Amino acid sequence: MLTDTGKIEEMATRMAEQDVRGRSPWADARRRFLRNKAAMTALVVLVLVALFAAFGAQFTSFNNEDIDFMVIGQVAELGYPSLASGHYFGTDDLGRDLYARTVQGTQISLMVGILGAGVAVVVGTLYGAISGYVGGALDNFMMRIVDVLMAIPYMFVLIIMLTAFGRSISLLFIGIGLLSWLDMSRIVRGQTLSLKHKEFIEAARASGVSSAKIILRHIVPNLLGVVVVYATLLIPSMIMAESFISFLGLGVQEPDTSWGALISEGARTMKFGTLWQLAFPLFFFVVTIFAFYFVGDGLRDALDPKDR
Amino acid sequence: MLSYIARRIMIAIPTLLVLIVFSFLLMHLAPGSPFTQERAIPPEILANLEAKYGLDQPLYVQLLQYIKNVVFHFDFGPSFVYKDRTVNEIIANGFPITLTYGVLSFVVAVVVGVTLGACAAIYQNSWLDYITVGISIGAQVLPNFVMAPILVLIFTLMLGWLPGGGWEGGQWQYLVMPVIALSTSYMASIARLTRSSMLEVLTSNHIRTARAKGMPARRIILNHALKPAMLPVVSYLGPTFVAMVTGSVVIDMYFSTGGIGLAFVNAALNRDYSLMMGVTILVGALTILFSLIVDLLYAWIDPRIRH
Amino acid sequence: MPMFEINNLSVAFNTDEGTVNAVSDLSLSIDKGRSLAIVGESGSGKSQTAFAALGLLARNGKATGSVRFDGAELLNAPLKTLNQVRSTGISMVFQDPMTSLNPFMRVSDQMAEVLIHHKGLSKKDALRQSVEMLDAVHIPDAKARLHYYPHEFSGGMRQRVMIAMSLLCKPKLLIADEPTTALDVTVQAQIMDLFGELRREFGMAVILITHDLGVVAGFCDEVLVMYGGRVMEQGPVDAMFDSPSHPYTRGLLQAIPRVDQLSPTLKTIPGSPPNLLSQPAGCPFAPRCSEVQPLCETTRPALEAFAEGRLRACTRPVLELAS
Repeated sequence: MLTDTGKIEEMATRMAEQDVRGRSPWADARRRFLRNKAAMTALVVLVLVALFAAFGAQFTSFNNEDIDFMVIGQVAELGYPSLASGHYFGTDDLGRDLYARTVQGTQISLMVGILGAGVAVVVGTLYGAISGYVGGALDNFMMRIVDVLMAIPYMFVLIIMLTAFGRSISLLFIGIGLLSWLDMSRIVRGQTLSLKHKEFIEAARASGVSSAKIILRHIVPNLLGVVVVYATLLIPSMIMAESFISFLGLGVQEPDTSWGALISEGARTMKFGTLWQLAFPLFFFVVTIFAFYFVGDGLRDALDPKDR
Repeated sequence: MLSYIARRIMIAIPTLLVLIVFSFLLMHLAPGSPFTQERAIPPEILANLEAKYGLDQPLYVQLLQYIKNVVFHFDFGPSFVYKDRTVNEIIANGFPITLTYGVLSFVVAVVVGVTLGACAAIYQNSWLDYITVGISIGAQVLPNFVMAPILVLIFTLMLGWLPGGGWEGGQWQYLVMPVIALSTSYMASIARLTRSSMLEVLTSNHIRTARAKGMPARRIILNHALKPAMLPVVSYLGPTFVAMVTGSVVIDMYFSTGGIGLAFVNAALNRDYSLMMGVTILVGALTILFSLIVDLLYAWIDPRIRH
Repeated sequence: MPMFEINNLSVAFNTDEGTVNAVSDLSLSIDKGRSLAIVGESGSGKSQTAFAALGLLARNGKATGSVRFDGAELLNAPLKTLNQVRSTGISMVFQDPMTSLNPFMRVSDQMAEVLIHHKGLSKKDALRQSVEMLDAVHIPDAKARLHYYPHEFSGGMRQRVMIAMSLLCKPKLLIADEPTTALDVTVQAQIMDLFGELRREFGMAVILITHDLGVVAGFCDEVLVMYGGRVMEQGPVDAMFDSPSHPYTRGLLQAIPRVDQLSPTLKTIPGSPPNLLSQPAGCPFAPRCSEVQPLCETTRPALEAFAEGRLRACTRPVLELAS
């Protein structure tokens, strides 16, 4: 659940030092990324996982709620994974099809991860860009707030929020996102500070462009590289946070499920010999998290070739 | 140095107040009363209950009263669910357990992580290095809630060596799996961090000077390289601490160790607001205290910060 | 037999882009109490020559050839042998005093450990001798400042500390790698004066590595000019300054700002240092040389004697070069 922010900060520093040279750095970056075998493999894996989430439900006649009364009570003996019974991944301890549940869990975990990272990136980028661009007392004040929020045990607060306002998926990703923008805002602020004194920003300011417009049109686009890399590395953290909460049984609610909830069920029931209940969700979880890390690292290397 | 500490404490106080106010407001803005359970309670009993817990007072009065109790008397009030117990009692019950395996996990993560990472850097491109890098990449995807079931599967269900849960006063058999589950991913991160920072330090100019002076390799590593290589690790200790405290919730739940994590999850499931707030504020206070210690440690290592 | 000699030293680095040949086939020697300057632009391989001699190359560096000190082979020698020579036989002063001292240790500890380790002194004696050495490099109030951290000294003072530290064991040879480059101009002169003074006092040999021919004149007996990892010209300092025999040396001499000649422009050598990844077939300096001929591009000139004690590597005869 921790992202190594040090490397991204270094990258941000170096990218701010580079001259802004139109679109060609992106073409270079794409070429470097395409040559990176590990990152490309990981990207293919991510696409496959996404396809599984989107279309996996087409390939089974079961859905995630229906109970197969043929296997109930004898899940360990009859609910094993089998092509013949149509339960490709077996069933869970209640006799529900694990394949359909895994498809559904993948949908929710990916969605919460991506939307949560999106919330964190948008809030963090705007906050950091405003703080860095305006500077002075406001910057000081805004960064003190970040300092204060940094010391708050966010997972506990998130659980309080979920308890107080009821568990829902939208609250889950908004909460996860809103509590994870702090690092992002610091990185963006640092880079904004160094962008601020570049000629093209000063030129825009001299010709009377408004601050809001400069931030949105000139500062934010130039932060894109760092933001993209950070977002890619943030998604697995968000998925982990969601899985953590769902593992505790405080996240998504039945009959909906997610990887964390499935792993939790699998971990609870494995002593009855239904190991597939742990294995399949765990496999998807591990593979996806790995793939996001490799893609993120690949993007960083591609956008910042000096880091070697 | 003293003004440095004072400045840090000046930040710590508002942080703690923000945490108290924020979680207090969250609870009280929640729809319904904490006593709104599945089973309907007659209105007059509800009114009595609310009066007993002071919930009929205006919000700001409740808040000030709560802050006063927490700050001056270290009193988190009565539990909303366990009618005969106070939050303080519940915390006092579970906290020593969490502290025991938490401190152990933290020490294991730091000591093993630093040793592995430093050795990997010193013997770069050896089998030890490759194993360390492999483990640290693999462990990224093994958070505590994944490690815990895997450990139980191997050591309890397959090998039958260790009990699958319980505490029993903290006998070693009951500590092994919680400590491994909680420390593995942070140990791996610390190993990776130590390795890369050690590699960087070993190529730095002042290490070249020490080599040119003819200092033995042992002395160069222990006296010259270790301190600067520790700086990034030290700044990582704060987040690690927070993450471990958070992870203890999983440990308490999965291994039934009985620490405050379990109390917190149960409180969340039962809407026991006062208990949740008590745990959160305690954890927040510990976090602030710990980050203060980390800052002091950092200043102790790096003389340039002290002056 | 000279006290210190390097024969046919080559240094190569393995990098992602290929092999970088930092030094190629370099030989030099220095006798007791003498002084030699190695001059060249940055990237010419002068620092790597010194690092290779003391076994300080980066991990991806590989050195071949021979480096002998008092008859013992140092190149690729075991660490034990090297550590016996370091400090006591050969000491080194580095370019950047800001980063070459350990910022996390008090100067007292950094100095004392040299004496404790090499001379077996007690901590107390080691500290006493360290103070004496700080006095010798003219650090005021040395006794108090001994216990400072490096960041509490100014740049010039730090370089003095560095020099004091390198002299603690009274080495026979001191290698100074651009000791004044990172310092202010006024401080540069003070440090060079200090070197001259200490040389007379301790009677050690000095190899001065620099890109600045200007500091060489008053300080060294002999000069070795490097370009692209190779020796271009070598000889006694006065002869070389009077009649430089290589176009590159001439270029360097013309690039020294002089107060006595008010020329309207300061001459520079056009072009940039060579890419050491690709070894050209001809003279490495040919692409920037004002005297270049077709032969220069195809044949690499050998380093040959052309006068008493003087060597040069150039296909053009000395007399043909425009003066």
